[in-house]
Amino acid sequence: MNLSRRTRRVLGALTALVLGFVYLPLMLVVINSFNTSRTFGWPPDGFTTSWWSAAWRSEGARSALLTSVQVALLSTVVALVLGTMAALALHRFDFFGRDVVSLLIILPIALPGVVTGIALANAFTTMIGVKLGLLTVVVAHATFCIVTVFNNAIARLRRMGGNLEEASMDLGAGAFTTFRLITLPMLRSALLAGGLLAFALSFDEIIVTTFTAGAGVQTLPIWIFSNLFRPNQAPVVNVVAAALILLSVLPIWLAQRLAGSDEGVASSR
Amino acid sequence: MTDILHRHPRLRLAGLLGPPMLWLGVAYLGALAALFITSLWTVNTFTGSIQREWNLDNFRDLLTLEVYRAITVRTLLIAVAVTVIDALLAFPIALFMAKVATRRWQKILVIAVLTPLWASYLVKAYAWRAMFSGTGPIAWMAEPLGLGTPGYGLAATVVTLAYLWLPYMILPLYAGLERLPNSLLEASSDLGAGGATTLRRVVLPILMPAVVAGSIFTFSLTLGDYIAVKIVGGGTQMLGNAVYDTFLTGNNMPFAAALSTIPVLIMLVYLSAARRSGALENL
Repeated sequence: MNLSRRTRRVLGALTALVLGFVYLPLMLVVINSFNTSRTFGWPPDGFTTSWWSAAWRSEGARSALLTSVQVALLSTVVALVLGTMAALALHRFDFFGRDVVSLLIILPIALPGVVTGIALANAFTTMIGVKLGLLTVVVAHATFCIVTVFNNAIARLRRMGGNLEEASMDLGAGAFTTFRLITLPMLRSALLAGGLLAFALSFDEIIVTTFTAGAGVQTLPIWIFSNLFRPNQAPVVNVVAAALILLSVLPIWLAQRLAGSDEGVASSR
Repeated sequence: MTDILHRHPRLRLAGLLGPPMLWLGVAYLGALAALFITSLWTVNTFTGSIQREWNLDNFRDLLTLEVYRAITVRTLLIAVAVTVIDALLAFPIALFMAKVATRRWQKILVIAVLTPLWASYLVKAYAWRAMFSGTGPIAWMAEPLGLGTPGYGLAATVVTLAYLWLPYMILPLYAGLERLPNSLLEASSDLGAGGATTLRRVVLPILMPAVVAGSIFTFSLTLGDYIAVKIVGGGTQMLGNAVYDTFLTGNNMPFAAALSTIPVLIMLVYLSAARRSGALENL
């Protein structure tokens, strides 16, 4: 684009400014986790790693982490199966109501979190009479994770077209054999990326979780939230927060390597 | 079995579409319908149990009680403010990424924008609690100027929410600008339009669906949020808080259900308008 030099410079400066706005608060949390002061004191009083070892020993944080991983793994598996099926159906077939189906898939994330949360909580408790627990959280999370898998899978399906599958069918392979030997291998990296995003989405979710978890289940976000307003827990919460920031580099790095860059962008929730 | 599947594509379609539709179409939509039905019931004030008698009392209360009107208006205003701030912040960075940066930098910037998206939502809200705290960096920077931190309240809520949803606006804008052919911009300038005119009459109209797509996220996420407000909002109440508090502390599921139809209604109007503008293709 033929932008003038000055415009380019201004845009560059604004970009740097916005990125600064994005990263400054995150850096603050990481720095604060090494701060000797118990509060958010700025500038920091001194350097200590004692909060990190205190957090490592924190029983509550550990078991919450385990719960979160369990929930995220289970809902990712469900989302992978359902998302792939929906993508295959929408890509291969042209049928009445196709638009409605694709709208239905984004609906759980397009609708405000409190709505999905209260709708599912109401269905579980008032309508079906199920006790809220780990499984209800998994059902809720899987519902809004389907879309990330679906987006990745359908982008890949569109790109690869149907020629190889047709060839496989022509050579006598049945629908299942073709899926196992042709479609699945071609989809693999897209599914890995979608599954990774689903995992991260579930791992981080708190709003729908607070509605569907009941009293017994504590995921990591719920643990952080319930300890946020307790001053004596502040340093440990800070460390957990800092650790999560540092860890968030991991899924994005992996997703970027697994899928083509276009899909990586398109699938970001 | 394979043979039957091969000869009956309809059967294949049903097999593929069945399970996801059972989950989303029957279970999820069913839950939404059940939510609406529940909103037409009442709670017995003495026993606290739900009475399955049909009435419109909840909706009458919603319309007549001043509190809920105020909360709805406040939430909408916050959503609009957040969306506008995000669009303004996202546009220059998206333009830089799509049209100025080299291939290499493009990749780096996309990752730089995506990474905080996967940093925990809660941690980001928490980070702003630290920023706005009385002993935090904002207070420290404002002190020499004789000012203080605005503290936890409406302003902190808007800033925090705008911060949280910014990547959701940058990415669709970037994708939209990326698709915009350079030849179009060259044609515009060949025909004598300056930068500003090209921006106003070529770039913005084409970019509109992308802005709408981004705003679906910023709007919906703001309408459905109650955690960030609790962390940085002081006592500020939004629709999400009203729903959650009625659900949990008020133990009044029917009224909470009625309350939650407000954001659904707003989003349905918004989504149907967005669908008409073709923005859903950009998600």
